[in-house]
Amino acid sequence: MTQAAGLNAQEGDVSTPRLLVVGFGNILLGDEGIGVRAIEALQASGFVDPRVTFIDGGTSAMDLLDTLAGVDALVLIDAVRSGLAPGEIVRYADAAVPVALRMRASSHQAGIAEVLASLVLMEQAPGVVVLIGVEPLVLEMGLTLSPPVAAALPGLVTMVLEEIRRLLP
Amino acid sequence: MTRITIDPITRIEGHLRIDCEIDNGHVTKAWASGQMWRGVEQILRGRDPRDAWTITQRICGVCTTVHAIASVRAVENALNLEIPLNAQYIRNMIVAAHAIHDHIVHFYHLSALDWVDIVSALRADPAKASALAEGLSAWPRNSRHEFAAVQERLQRFVGGGQLGVFANGYWGHPAMKLAPEVNLLAAAHYLQALEIQRKANKIVGALGSKTPHIQNLAVGGVTNPIALDSQSVLSMERLLMIKAHIDELAAFVNQVYLVDVCAIGAFYADWTAHGKGVVDYLCVPDMPLDTRGETFAMPGGYIPGGDVAAYHPIRGFHDPYFREGVAESVKHAWYQGDGKPLHPYRGETVPNYTDFVDNGRYSWVKAPTFYGKPAQVGPLAAVLCGVAAGHAPTVRHFNRVVETVGALAKQKIPLAALHSTIGRHAARAVRCAVMVENLTHNWQLLVDNLAKGDLTTCNKPSFPAGEITGVGFHEAPRGVLSHWVVIRDGKIANYQAVVPTTWNAAPRNDNDEPGPYESALVNTPVANPEQPLEVLRTVHSFDPCLACAIHLVDKRDGRVLGIGRS
Repeated sequence: MTQAAGLNAQEGDVSTPRLLVVGFGNILLGDEGIGVRAIEALQASGFVDPRVTFIDGGTSAMDLLDTLAGVDALVLIDAVRSGLAPGEIVRYADAAVPVALRMRASSHQAGIAEVLASLVLMEQAPGVVVLIGVEPLVLEMGLTLSPPVAAALPGLVTMVLEEIRRLLP
Repeated sequence: MTRITIDPITRIEGHLRIDCEIDNGHVTKAWASGQMWRGVEQILRGRDPRDAWTITQRICGVCTTVHAIASVRAVENALNLEIPLNAQYIRNMIVAAHAIHDHIVHFYHLSALDWVDIVSALRADPAKASALAEGLSAWPRNSRHEFAAVQERLQRFVGGGQLGVFANGYWGHPAMKLAPEVNLLAAAHYLQALEIQRKANKIVGALGSKTPHIQNLAVGGVTNPIALDSQSVLSMERLLMIKAHIDELAAFVNQVYLVDVCAIGAFYADWTAHGKGVVDYLCVPDMPLDTRGETFAMPGGYIPGGDVAAYHPIRGFHDPYFREGVAESVKHAWYQGDGKPLHPYRGETVPNYTDFVDNGRYSWVKAPTFYGKPAQVGPLAAVLCGVAAGHAPTVRHFNRVVETVGALAKQKIPLAALHSTIGRHAARAVRCAVMVENLTHNWQLLVDNLAKGDLTTCNKPSFPAGEITGVGFHEAPRGVLSHWVVIRDGKIANYQAVVPTTWNAAPRNDNDEPGPYESALVNTPVANPEQPLEVLRTVHSFDPCLACAIHLVDKRDGRVLGIGRS
């Protein structure tokens, strides 16, 4: 069975799977905004697939409950403190995602974790959840990314596109 | 004497820390400390005032649209710019839908679990819970089958070790007093509220082009292209879809949310005696119904000393009574300055960190004052102002709550009972019901105005040479929000935002008077300092921004006691 077929809710379901890529973060707090910056880069990358939607999730997770409900796969991009070098990228999948969300760099993390938990409670959780985290350096007021995190952006875009191809070959 | 600290896990973006001294089972002294908004001026200074709203709506992790609305209003106020009626109605609908979403989520998903014991709901008799619910409301989803299905779902969730959102509750805490059937009823409505809140968000998305972070505002109006017969823009078809969502929200708010607040409030009637705090209330009028911002669907004003007879109205966007009354003190905040309150146009934000000093500086939040006094803001202030102004929808829903709670608790509920922790929840439900009415009303006003052939949505701003100043205020879900802008030669020279949580979470002011949280916490009973559920109840009743990040840390060994569910 291919990954794409695996994304569908029921065996024999031939409907087109839907994949959402959501970048979270506060663009006013430097590297905190890496998720949103990645979405901007992905939208400018020329990648188009009718099954895939890129979403700037900004800072307000609970507003996304409606958008996230019932999707087949969800790829989150966010600043995550994993104790690595600034700009390093790390991938978490499924059960590791809620744990990793607690290491997020900002205070909206509880929001995202709670939205995911609420989707489970509503029995509308995504079939697959992947979190691509980027280690931040600077979380102070400012609209720009720090040099190591800005340098990581092209690699981050490539990695997200590879993730999309893996989930939707 | 025990001292507890309730502290968040993260260090940026507006966290709240609460310190309490507890003696003989009661809070004797409290401090609210936070870090918010520091440095936003640096990002805005020198920018085009027409862009400020896109930046300000990114500042907060919870309230997005409200900072966009207040920001365009501030610039429009400085320019003395009139706003087309269509733009006012569309903005009003976004304001209402956002507020309804916020209030429903706050009650069910962020604070109900302070009062409702989910684990106890597993022991309830669904038939009894259904009989209780059907005696209170005509809501069709209160059947025995619905409640039994919810109980099964909870059982699967809890039994599977997947407590998820429920993992951090104080289940079995001595302050939890609801019968299992009431807990089941609340749990069922918790799940239904997850579904219904999505309708409110669909309205914000349909009108604002995007959610979170709306895209349709402009200084001077809105950018929604309107054509009643087109597929791609704001069409009659889309307006009818919005109306369908409004009707579903109205049913839920009137038949479920308001009723649940009454039921829970009646069972916890003793909490009308806790959490009083500052009783000088401030609210601003909102939902302008003309182009100049002089007539409003909802009144606002100032009530000193909790006395509705002393109500002083704020009459419009240009009323100097509000503009001249606001100042901020930094005597107990980590900023440079001698503590003399400064008007927001002259506001300074130069850091001066000193560590947490109980009688000195201990917060990144400045202490806002209205004519020199701290003020409580939020739905309670709005409802008291509505009652004082004789605002018919507020009075009607308020009377409904008083009668329902009185019948359930078998006692007469005086207006004074509102000055309390549970009173803030009741007022929020009343406010939400008023918002639903206004959402319907503004929808009708928009449709009628479009039918007249008026499709204008924006008046183009033009910026004069020299200096102009403006304030934009908005009665946001958490209360009075004001943005203050100084514009010099078409560029932002100074920008200050005085947010609702700043009013309520204020530290002591220049006269050492405590802020609303600090004052409300004094005398709150605490059965077990290791599990200060009662403190969370009172703080959560204000709907603090970003309380989702609250952790309970025991200062003695730094151990994390648990995560406040906010």
